[in-house]
Amino acid sequence: MMSVAELEAAQIQLEQPTGGLWHEAWYRLTHNVGAIIGGVLVALFVVAALGAQWIAPAHPSNETFLIGGILKPEPPSLDHLLGLDIQGRDVFSRIVYGARYSLLIGVVSVSIGLSIGVLLGSIAGFVGGYIDALVMRLMDIMLAVPGLLFAIAIVAMLGAGLWQVMVAVGVVNIPIFARLLRGSVLAQRDNDYVLAARAVGVPRRRILFSHILPNAMSPVIVQGTLAMATAIIDVAGLGFLGLGPQDPSTPEWGTMLTDVNEYLAAAPYLAIIPGLAIVISVLGFNLIGDGLREALDPKLRGRA
Amino acid sequence: MLRFVVRRLLLLVPILLGLSLLLFFWVRALPGGPAEALLGERATPELVAQYNERYGLNEPVYKQYFKYLGVTARDRDLGVSAASHRKVSTEIRERFPATVELAFMAMLFAVVVGIPLGFFAAKRYGGLFDQMSLFLSLIGISVPIFVLAIILKYVFAVRLGWLPSVGRIDLLIFDAKHPTNFYVLDAIITREWSTLWDVIKHLILPAIALGSIPLAIVARITRAAVLDVQNEDYVRTARAKGLPPTVVDGRHVLRNALLPVTTVIGLQTGLLLSGAILTETVFAYPGVGSWLRDAIFNRDYPVLQGGILFLAVIFVLVNLVVDVGYALINPRIRYS
Repeated sequence: MMSVAELEAAQIQLEQPTGGLWHEAWYRLTHNVGAIIGGVLVALFVVAALGAQWIAPAHPSNETFLIGGILKPEPPSLDHLLGLDIQGRDVFSRIVYGARYSLLIGVVSVSIGLSIGVLLGSIAGFVGGYIDALVMRLMDIMLAVPGLLFAIAIVAMLGAGLWQVMVAVGVVNIPIFARLLRGSVLAQRDNDYVLAARAVGVPRRRILFSHILPNAMSPVIVQGTLAMATAIIDVAGLGFLGLGPQDPSTPEWGTMLTDVNEYLAAAPYLAIIPGLAIVISVLGFNLIGDGLREALDPKLRGRA
Repeated sequence: MLRFVVRRLLLLVPILLGLSLLLFFWVRALPGGPAEALLGERATPELVAQYNERYGLNEPVYKQYFKYLGVTARDRDLGVSAASHRKVSTEIRERFPATVELAFMAMLFAVVVGIPLGFFAAKRYGGLFDQMSLFLSLIGISVPIFVLAIILKYVFAVRLGWLPSVGRIDLLIFDAKHPTNFYVLDAIITREWSTLWDVIKHLILPAIALGSIPLAIVARITRAAVLDVQNEDYVRTARAKGLPPTVVDGRHVLRNALLPVTTVIGLQTGLLLSGAILTETVFAYPGVGSWLRDAIFNRDYPVLQGGILFLAVIFVLVNLVVDVGYALINPRIRYS
């Protein structure tokens, strides 16, 4: 049984987090089971990426010579937690170092898509007129090609490799962010606070950058998180197709799956382990993205 | 309605022009010049000269572009593959039906499993089944197609040996006739039932792998739509007048809930085309996807240029059909 005072205290606890949008969003995010699980998965991924040299027991391209000097795959054991691959390299170390590539590629490609997309979208939305029409038709054309196909075309032009893949996945993301931000800016443009800023003579550029953009950012944050998930999938897909890093000893997760077909019967764990690594990191970003969407949704505000 | 269709068709023009422009400059940005790039290993001085003549490559760039447009649109000539030395359009005719067949089966799988899954999840909103379906659809969008494909191939083809692991048809069936190149259709036309079974067996694993993402999305959308519709006044009225629950669900809830689902199905059909590249690579399935993948490795630029243009046109057309179809089945939207 709770006393009346305790009940009231509990009531107050519930009502406390109303310190603005971000405070409230943070509160809701940290009380969302899915988002917490996602956060843990992403934290694991980031820790593996940043601390690879301390976590991994071996260098990712170190070959373990077995008895008789033959390199061969070996199933997971106590010596090698996730086994050895076809070249006798420690799979666990390769997965840990691989996180580095996925994180780097994900962050760089999403940043490319986000920054250019946000710039184009906000200019189109704020300036309007023929610039808007021109930019958005260009985005329509880019969206007319399915994403992966578009990325492949870009890689085919630039040649296969790590940075080419980052650019390709980044460019594919541009129209998505541009559209999102244009819609968001259009929704903000006619708000009273913009009118007020205009009335007191704030320059147009400052209205856009310090008044409209901060208010139009929340869908971009959600999309950015979800785009990390798709970027990791797309980059792994391009790596799997053989378009990623050209040095086959690079421990990129998708690249690790390229030749897996040939020894699927003999060493299935070589296919399953990198696959699981991709799934775990993607799942993490998807869960956080969904949680953020709920946390930042203005329709859900005040319902902690 | 007619105005909407016309406007939508007119919007195709800038999109297709833009695409052709992109592909045109793409080939011109390739190392060694367009003629050498497109001819590949066959690039003898005579052939290069002939090519330059046909595409007007010695003329100013804007004239080259119009020539390229003319050759592509009027003659439907997409060039000759640098690797196989066959016409790109012939190869598309052979391989595109394979991809369509695969995409159709994938969509069938997604719809047949996804709609009931979403429907029953909504019926048991918040229950165990609902939670499980949400979890499954989250997994569905988080597992890359090619990872799922590899796992399916390992379990059902390599380990259990239930289904074939590669190709479109058993190599021993070499006397099958292919009047349409849609193997399922061909087997039915020629009444080769054992061939039909073989072709279907080859389709099952790739279709499940390719259909996993649309499955997750169809299930999610169906669930959300059923939840929306369930509390509508007309559903309450139908219940109140004593209609059996199955009739209410079928005639009133599901029929209205399926409207948004159809759009999603259409949009996803277009996306299946790019997913097919990965699936076909894992299962060595001879469709346009694996064809493009090989083209990348062979630097077969005519195939890449023609194939990407072709797929993009198909994608745009599918989206158009979806939009128009949506306007037709939804009486509330009249696109004025």
